[in-house]
Amino acid sequence: MAEVVRMPKLSDTMEEGVVAEWHKKVGDNVESGDLLAEIETDKATMEFESFQDGVLLHIGVEKGDSAPVDSILAILGEKGEDISDLLEGEGKTDSKKKEKKEDSEDKEEKEKSESQSEDESAESEKDKAKNDSEKDGSEDDDSEDEESDEKAEKSKKDTDEESDKESEDKSSESTKRSSSDGRIIASPLAKRLASEKGIDISEVQGSGDGGRIIKKDVENFKPSAKTASAASASVPGKESYTEETVSQMRKTIAKRLAESKFTAPHFYLTMEIDMENAMSSRKAINEAIEPSKISINDMVIKAVAAALKKNPKVNSSWLGDKIRHNEHVHIGVAVAVDEGLLVPVIRHADQKSMVKINEEVVDFAGKARSKKLQPKDWEGNTFTVSNLGMYGIEEFTAIINPPDACIMAIGTIVEKPVVRKGQIVVGHTMKVTLSCDHRVVDGAVGSQFLNTFKRYMENPVMMLAE
Amino acid sequence: MREIQFREAVNEAMSEEMRNDDRVFLMGEEVAEYNGAYKASKGMLDEFGPKRVIDTPISELGFTGIGVGAAMNGLRPIIEFMTWNFAVLAADQIINSAAKMLQMSGGQFNVPIVFRGPNGPAGQLAATHSSSFEAMYAHIPGLKVATPFTPYDAKGLLKAAIRDNDPVLIMESEKMYGDKGEVPEGEYIIPLGVAEVMKKGKDVTIVGYGKILKVALEAAEVLKNEGIEVEIINLRTIRPLDIDTIIQSVKKTNRLVILDEDVPFAGVSAEISHRVQRLAFDYLDAPVHRITLADTPFAFAIPLIEEALPNVKRTVKAVKEVMYIAK
Repeated sequence: MAEVVRMPKLSDTMEEGVVAEWHKKVGDNVESGDLLAEIETDKATMEFESFQDGVLLHIGVEKGDSAPVDSILAILGEKGEDISDLLEGEGKTDSKKKEKKEDSEDKEEKEKSESQSEDESAESEKDKAKNDSEKDGSEDDDSEDEESDEKAEKSKKDTDEESDKESEDKSSESTKRSSSDGRIIASPLAKRLASEKGIDISEVQGSGDGGRIIKKDVENFKPSAKTASAASASVPGKESYTEETVSQMRKTIAKRLAESKFTAPHFYLTMEIDMENAMSSRKAINEAIEPSKISINDMVIKAVAAALKKNPKVNSSWLGDKIRHNEHVHIGVAVAVDEGLLVPVIRHADQKSMVKINEEVVDFAGKARSKKLQPKDWEGNTFTVSNLGMYGIEEFTAIINPPDACIMAIGTIVEKPVVRKGQIVVGHTMKVTLSCDHRVVDGAVGSQFLNTFKRYMENPVMMLAE
Repeated sequence: MREIQFREAVNEAMSEEMRNDDRVFLMGEEVAEYNGAYKASKGMLDEFGPKRVIDTPISELGFTGIGVGAAMNGLRPIIEFMTWNFAVLAADQIINSAAKMLQMSGGQFNVPIVFRGPNGPAGQLAATHSSSFEAMYAHIPGLKVATPFTPYDAKGLLKAAIRDNDPVLIMESEKMYGDKGEVPEGEYIIPLGVAEVMKKGKDVTIVGYGKILKVALEAAEVLKNEGIEVEIINLRTIRPLDIDTIIQSVKKTNRLVILDEDVPFAGVSAEISHRVQRLAFDYLDAPVHRITLADTPFAFAIPLIEEALPNVKRTVKAVKEVMYIAK
């Protein structure tokens, strides 16, 4: 079996080695004790003998090249042996190992650099040592003279300069209130508070030592007249915008919906539903079950669930080489929240009463808004309902919520003339639009589903009958 | 509640533990016949006899070594130093034997020993009798260092120290032995490594330990009259350091002043400052301030002593500085 020969650590301080000479070439026979290569360390060039027998199959570091300790120097094995696995696998574990190592080193390094930097600053301030001890002895002294104040200020600047460089680089605003050297001086707390409140710290006037912006300044900060007028933007022709970082939720929405819309060929089926019976049924039900209540939306979910049981092809998922027909009915219900939307799932909606559905929807909506939904609450949907009726939208088309094959978009109920038994009367109708993934659901299948749904909505008792 | 003196609290702690556990004994200069240089062991010779309350010659290194050996062999000695300034002579036994034995013996030997005595400046005792050693010993891994402030602290911490299986150093003060304070009847323990929030406040945190906390309390009274509410933390133990209590308080007040009756360089105040900037950086609204002894051997002349010691005026000023109130 092939074995890896690694760059040896030939001295305590050695981190990498240079191959000064190879005494074997690929294909040569190597015996334990043979001189394999000469390796130049930071201290000396040393001969490197093989501990193994075998044929030299691979040279990892060419003559004159350098490589870190532990990297692959060579591979020894039997002639013709396949070492690609070893190379690949090694590469992976190697980099992993390296990462890990770096991690711990990082930590160490941090600690080290911490004490070092303290050392250094002590070092660099050696010339100020006198002042230093003076300062320590007298930072609480009553008689701080101006000179030592100035010196303290200077050394403060020195140390602050570095630590703040980064934050300065980040903020690109042009109008900054700053100290003479262009830096904004603010306490760590003030910086944190400002960023939490979305206040541009460069707008804040500092009241602390040397103009340092402190907590109080941020708390008392009111956007200046200049900013306010810019915000109300009555200046003709002035272009302005604000940019926000894309939140994790936005990213997910963007990714999933773009993926859905761009990969699933959507088509849309719209149907108008007479809501007369649904509305009177709802009224009757609500009177009977008081103080519980159900909404039209709950009836829609129930009817969708029942219709899905009748038309199982719609309750499906496209899996690339397979189509999954779900035998359970889990209805996702889109809920708008401040940052976007979430789709909690009513599980086994076909087996739940409208009252139960109502309770769950209300509970989920509350949790969604207070960010208490758990991943398990929004996973596993087989079909989704999106309702914009409350915003007065008459009809719209929704993007399919993967992995579903269809989504139903519910519009508002409108009062309008309808023809009933040959008579024009004032009625109530609601339009629903089914978006279908044509890879799974064809027009006829979607239409049948909609017809079933329509039958249930127009005669809710049919849900009991079928 | 009854009030007793600091020295009585120390006496009670030692006597109670000696009654509870016959492995405990007291050894030091003048602890027996003379009842202790500061009368902390008054009456103990009579009660426990000369085998358990032992007068030593003036030979710190010798009797400290005997103590460490006794601890390694199953006894639980209390070693009294007439002052920690004299214990410098015994530092080899404390630092090289007591502190390191557990690790160097691969866990075979605990050294359950208590070293106690007065520490720090205490009036006109001049340079060689006025040093503070808490930072120096807290610097040594393997040692625990406790710094009681009240008689209540003194008794509770000393009892915890005597029961601890590792070497514990207790830093008292010549000026504290006569202090009176409330100490409940009966037994109680103050665990090592837990600080006490002595006074609650929302504006500034003052951290201190030992007798300098008197200054903190007085300064807090002065500041209260100006509407500033100071939170005072009594560390009680230097090592292990209860940094959590400090961080919690700093997160609330956003400001920290450290009172440290020791010279500043590499002192306890420096350690606390480091940890606070490390753990509560984003909560600080002002640089951490500290008030320490002047960075010089302690003086004998009263005007120089007054200049060197942390006092109420400087504390008030430091608090106002971290609050950005015009000086």
